[in-house]
Amino acid sequence: MTVEQQTRFRTLKDIPTPDYMSPGGSLCAGCGGLLAVRLFHKVLGPNLVWVNAAGCLTVMVNYPYVPLKSNWLYTAFASAPAGAQGVRDAFDILIQKGKIPAEEDVKVVVLTGDGGAYDIGLQSTSGAMYRNLDFYYLCYDNQAYGNTGFQVSSATPIGSATATTPPTPSEPGGNMFKRKDLFEIWRAHKPPYIATLSSSFAVDFLRKVEKGSKMKGPKLFISLAGCPTGWGYDPRETIREEKLAVDTGIWPLKEAVNGEVKHTYLPRALKPVEEYLSTQARYEHLFRPTKRTEVIRMIQNDVNNYWKMVSKDENVEIRLVGE
Amino acid sequence: MLQGMPSQGYYTRKGGEGVLSGSTLMTGNLAAAWGARLAGVDYVPAYPITPQTEIIETIAKWVRLGQMKGKLVQMDSEHSMLTAAGSASLSGARVFTATSSQGLLYGLEMLYNISGWRAPILLVNVSRGLAAPITLEPDHNDVLAARDSGFLQFHAETCQEVLDLILLGYRVAEDRSVLLPAIVNLDGFYLSFTREKVELPKMDTVSTFLPEYDPPAPLRATKPVSHGATVLSGNLYSYFRYRMHAASLEASEVFRKASAEYGGLFGREYEATEGYMLQDAEYVIVMSNSFTTIGKQVVAKLRERGVAAGLLKLRMLRPFPFDDVAKSLAGRRAVAVFDQNLSPGFGGILYPEILASLYHKKNRPQFVLPVVGGLGGKQLTVQELERVFESLRNGPPTFPDRPDPMYLMREDEFDRAKRNIAIASGGG
Repeated sequence: MTVEQQTRFRTLKDIPTPDYMSPGGSLCAGCGGLLAVRLFHKVLGPNLVWVNAAGCLTVMVNYPYVPLKSNWLYTAFASAPAGAQGVRDAFDILIQKGKIPAEEDVKVVVLTGDGGAYDIGLQSTSGAMYRNLDFYYLCYDNQAYGNTGFQVSSATPIGSATATTPPTPSEPGGNMFKRKDLFEIWRAHKPPYIATLSSSFAVDFLRKVEKGSKMKGPKLFISLAGCPTGWGYDPRETIREEKLAVDTGIWPLKEAVNGEVKHTYLPRALKPVEEYLSTQARYEHLFRPTKRTEVIRMIQNDVNNYWKMVSKDENVEIRLVGE
Repeated sequence: MLQGMPSQGYYTRKGGEGVLSGSTLMTGNLAAAWGARLAGVDYVPAYPITPQTEIIETIAKWVRLGQMKGKLVQMDSEHSMLTAAGSASLSGARVFTATSSQGLLYGLEMLYNISGWRAPILLVNVSRGLAAPITLEPDHNDVLAARDSGFLQFHAETCQEVLDLILLGYRVAEDRSVLLPAIVNLDGFYLSFTREKVELPKMDTVSTFLPEYDPPAPLRATKPVSHGATVLSGNLYSYFRYRMHAASLEASEVFRKASAEYGGLFGREYEATEGYMLQDAEYVIVMSNSFTTIGKQVVAKLRERGVAAGLLKLRMLRPFPFDDVAKSLAGRRAVAVFDQNLSPGFGGILYPEILASLYHKKNRPQFVLPVVGGLGGKQLTVQELERVFESLRNGPPTFPDRPDPMYLMREDEFDRAKRNIAIASGGG
C-alpha cells in the first residue's frame, strides 16, 4: 500500500473536527502561524507538549489564559530543541523505571518561528537531530522577526523591506541577502522526515504531518506563515497570499523521506512572481515610485532556476515564466 | 591535623547508622559524582568543561555500566544542557548537571528560567576564573554571577561537604515549600582534583532521607499544564518574583531541619555558616570554599600566639544567612571579609552582604575590612592572611568614610608578573 492509500486525509472535508485550541486568542488577525499550529494539532491529537522558542506564538499563552488543550512549555529563544530533549528523555526514563504509566506519554513538538529556526536556535536544532531525538519540529516561517516588529532574519527573501532593511536611495532593494536553505541544512543531518507546508494546501499539510508521525526520530516541518502585519496585506488574504507563494513557485511544497526529496505539488505552469510581490507592502519599493525590474527579474530567475532543477530531478515538465 | 583544630568543620556524631563504608580517598569531582549517584538521579544532561569534566565522565561510565539507573546525554552547549535539565525536571525527573566558569555564564539565561519554572534541579559548579584573560584556576566570579538567579547556593570547603551538600541540596530544593533549583559550588583544582577522605552513605538510608521527587505540576498527557507562560503585567510578574523570594527565604528553615535529620542518619550536621574558634574571638575573618582551610590554619596559628582570632565560613550563600552572620560577627572588635572575586569598580561582592547583615546591630564591629584575593587561583599564603589579621588588630589609622580594600598580592608575585609583562613586551 502506498502512503497515499493509507492516509486519513483525501479532501478538505477530512480535516478533523476536534479542535485543541480555543478561539479568541491574543494573536494578530489572519496569523498564518496560528493556522499552521491548529492544523498540526489536529493531526497529532491532544497528547503532546509544545516546547516553544521565543516568537510571535509565545504570546499566545498569556497567563492566566491558555488557549490549548495540551501541555505548553516556553523555554528560551535559542534552545527549544534542547527543551524537547529533556522532556523526551525524562518521559522515556520515568516510564522505563515505572514511575509513570505509559498512558501519560506525550508527543514532543518544538514550536518556533524563523528567527529561532534559521538563526539563534540553529545549533540546538542541529544537536537534537544529531542525537536522533524522537520529536516534531514546527517552524512557522513568516520570513522575519515578526514579534519584535519585522526585522530581517536569515529567512527573509531577497528584495523584502524589513524594519532593519528599509529601502533607501543608497540601498533601494531592501534586504539584499538570499534566504538560507533550511530544508537542505536539515537534510544534511539525515533525519527521517522533512517537509515544507502551507495552510493554503491543507490536505497536503495534514498528510505530511500524518506521514511524519509514523516515523521515529526527528520530524521537521517548515510552514509558510503569512503575516498580515509584517508583509502588509489585509488579514483576510492570508490563504490567498500563501497560495500565490506556492503557485508562483516561490514556496515549493516538498518532502524528504530519509533524505530523498520529492515535490508534493508540481505546478504545471508557474505564475509570474510579480503577481505575488505586488500584493504585499514589503515589496512596494519594487514597484513604486519606479519599478525595479532588475530586482524582480533576479527573484524570477532564482525561482526559474530552482524549478529547472526540479524538472530535471523529478522528470516533469514545468512551464517557467519569461523563458 | 593542626593542633587546636577541633573538627573538619562539622559536628561529628559517633556511629551514624547510614554509613556505607569507612572513609575513601576521593577528589571533589568524584565526590560530586557520588552525590548524584546516591541521590538516584534520573537524568544528567552534560557538556564538557575544565575542571568539571571528571564529574560527567564518571557518571557516563557508571550509567553505561548499569551502576547508575538513569540517562546521561551530552548536549551541544551549556545553554542547551541547562534547558534540557529544566524541562526534564518539569517532566518529573530528578536532574543533576555540572559545569564551570564560562559554561555557567553561557547557560546563565537558563538559570533564571529554571528557577522561574520552579524546577528543583541540582547544578554543581566547579569554580574557575572568567575570561579574559582565559584561565583554569578558581575564583568565585563565575558562581556569584548566578547569585541573583533564584538558585539556592551552597559552597563546599571539603570533598565530604560536596557530597553531603548535594544530598541536602536536593532535599531542600525539592521541598514543596521551596521548589527552587540549587547550586553546589566547589573550587576547581584546589578541591576538584584534591583527594580527601570521604565517607559514603548507604544508598537505602539516603533513600529514606531523600524520597523520590514528587513534582507538583508535571507535564502529562491526562492532565496538561503550561509552564513558562507569558505574563504581560508588572503586578503578575512581581507576584511570581516575590513568591520565589519568599520560597528562597523559607529554604533556611528547611535546610536547618533537613540538616538535623541528616546528622542523625549520617553523623554530620551542617549549618548555613560555620564558626571556627569564634567563641571569644575579637578579630574574625569571613571566608568561603576551599581557601577556608588555609584561613583556619592561620587562625589556629594566631591562637597559639595568644591572638583572639576566629573565622566564619559561609556555607549557604542563597538564601543569605543574615541572622547567623549577625550573631557570629556582632560584638567583635574587627572583621575582615575575604572575597575571592572582584566586581571592578566596586571591590568584593560578598562584602556589602556582610555589612548589610550587621548594619542594624547595636554592637556591630566598628571596622569591617574588605579583602580581595585568590583571583584565578592565586595562591593564598599564611603570611598574607596574617597580614590581614594584623590590619584588623591595628584598625584603620583613622576612621575614614570607608576602609581601603586590601588587594592581596605579595611583592615577589608582583615582581614575577612584571617580569612576564616585560617578556611579552619584547624586553625581559
